[in-house]
Amino acid sequence: MRYTSRAILLVAAVALGACTNANRFDDKDAVVLGGAGAGAGDASNPASPAYFQQAVGDRVLFTVDQSRLSEEAKAVLDGQARWLQDNPEYAAIIEGHADEQGTREYNLALGARRANAVHEYLVSRGVAGSRLEVVSYGKERPIEICSDESCYAKNRRAVTVISAGLSG
Amino acid sequence: MMRMILTLLAVLGLLAAPVAAQDGPLRIEITEGVIEPMPVAVPDFVVGDGAAREYASRIARVVADDLSGTGLFREIPREAFISPITSFSSPVQFADWKAINAQALVSGAVEIGQDGRLVVKFRLYDVFAGQELGEGLRFASAPEGWRRMAHKVADAVYTRITGEGPYFDSRVAFVAETGPKNARRKRLAVMDYDGANVRYLTGGDDIVLAPRFSPDGEKILFTSYSSGFPRIYLMDVASLDLRALEEQPGSMSFAPRFGPDGRTVVYSMTRGGTTDIYTLDIDSGTTRRLTRSPSIDTAPSFSPDGTRIVFESDRSGSQQLYIMSLDGGSPERISFGQGRYGTPVWSPRGDLIAFTKQSKGRFHIGVMRLDGSEERLLTASFLDEGPTWSPNGRVIMFTRESQGADGQASLYSVDITGRNLKRMRTETGASDPSWSPLLR
Repeated sequence: MRYTSRAILLVAAVALGACTNANRFDDKDAVVLGGAGAGAGDASNPASPAYFQQAVGDRVLFTVDQSRLSEEAKAVLDGQARWLQDNPEYAAIIEGHADEQGTREYNLALGARRANAVHEYLVSRGVAGSRLEVVSYGKERPIEICSDESCYAKNRRAVTVISAGLSG
Repeated sequence: MMRMILTLLAVLGLLAAPVAAQDGPLRIEITEGVIEPMPVAVPDFVVGDGAAREYASRIARVVADDLSGTGLFREIPREAFISPITSFSSPVQFADWKAINAQALVSGAVEIGQDGRLVVKFRLYDVFAGQELGEGLRFASAPEGWRRMAHKVADAVYTRITGEGPYFDSRVAFVAETGPKNARRKRLAVMDYDGANVRYLTGGDDIVLAPRFSPDGEKILFTSYSSGFPRIYLMDVASLDLRALEEQPGSMSFAPRFGPDGRTVVYSMTRGGTTDIYTLDIDSGTTRRLTRSPSIDTAPSFSPDGTRIVFESDRSGSQQLYIMSLDGGSPERISFGQGRYGTPVWSPRGDLIAFTKQSKGRFHIGVMRLDGSEERLLTASFLDEGPTWSPNGRVIMFTRESQGADGQASLYSVDITGRNLKRMRTETGASDPSWSPLLR
């Protein structure tokens, strides 16, 4: 049962990820695709996951081989923490990612460090740890596919993916 | 499973030494210098009875491909042959083979026995010495096993001429990759070492990583996201029976590898932001934590005697290689060169560590001794990683990923001298190879 619900959440996570990807390329398409994202809700509704993703900001970026949170990242996470406190019916999975420069195992561990940094920060801002899970994808799920820094910078990320509460 | 009958197996062991010691022309010493490949003739095998006809040329083809694929042999084209071999037992016309400069001649015969099994016999000749090298061998198996018998013939030839252990009769587990970089599908697969007989073990719905063969070649360990989180699994390659090995909530486990006993697994587990190394006993489920540091400790690999583990850690500030004893004691750093070192793998002979090195924006596969000395980089590219050893410790296979938005992963192999870099033929993209032990 537990795995089934996780599988469904993951599908949702992938769907959200796909929308985000499109958003980054073209803002006009974002409206269309964002609206089409099943379950994400209406981005004009502040209580919707779509709002979290697009208005609050669902991701923070990292420098090469680092998991330290920048001031800019902390500002985004402050917003995430407020939204999670305002919307207690939701839980979140924090996905850590790395760019393709690096060996597979190390990047898995590095992605975990990044996801954990976000997890710790959100908890320090009052979000209950029981609502948060972390997972690392290492270099397995880049959103940008070129092999230079413009893409790498966007791939070194931790994404907070909103899901229905696990206990619900 | 297919059972091979190997007659005169003991002869192999006895022959290796005298062949290695002899000074004659039929000897390839694998050194770092340039080698002129030895010309070898592999005529179609003689057909003992009609039912075996289809195998006569196919087996000769595989034997020739195995030998020339090493880079140590050069196959003499069939068109150059002066006289065919029509009888396995008649004397060889050495003059005809000398005339086309064949130094080695492999002559063989195939027949279907009374029991329906395919019987393959072969003899190896030193053409210029005008004599047989070692004694003839005979293999038998179900006809479907013809490729394996061809590999065994080639292994015997390779072993007699080089003095090295055999490796052609082996398989490779890997991850088959399809789709673009940002939506890649990954499936576990196994194939013969030469790319034949590909079999897919998973469907591609979940991310799967880094399969690793058991010492008996019958099981694989791998990492899968089927639960939503990376966890390690054990699969029986024949039956596809699957077992989750490590399911602690709130953790991620990956990078599993078998110990030489086939029941101890070493792997890494991440909790919070730290990744440490553990062992797990498959039978009892008992786990043991081997490292306790806030760093990333991962990619562990057992020594062949099972007493030590080599792994990578960034405890010094960057990825480096360490060796620790299973009994405890503090890990000893062995890599000190410029750059970052990861994915260490202990050689089956026990004397070398293969690794991935990142330096100045390039990736390399390299080898070093256990104390870190005699580091040699064998490859260089945009992204090479994840070495695995051939069963005889002579060849390393690894993943090479090409650069850019259309980047694809492929398997490559290279001799530990750095020669004979080759791309493996696979029908899809491929990564994370694990070379099996020699099959039985």
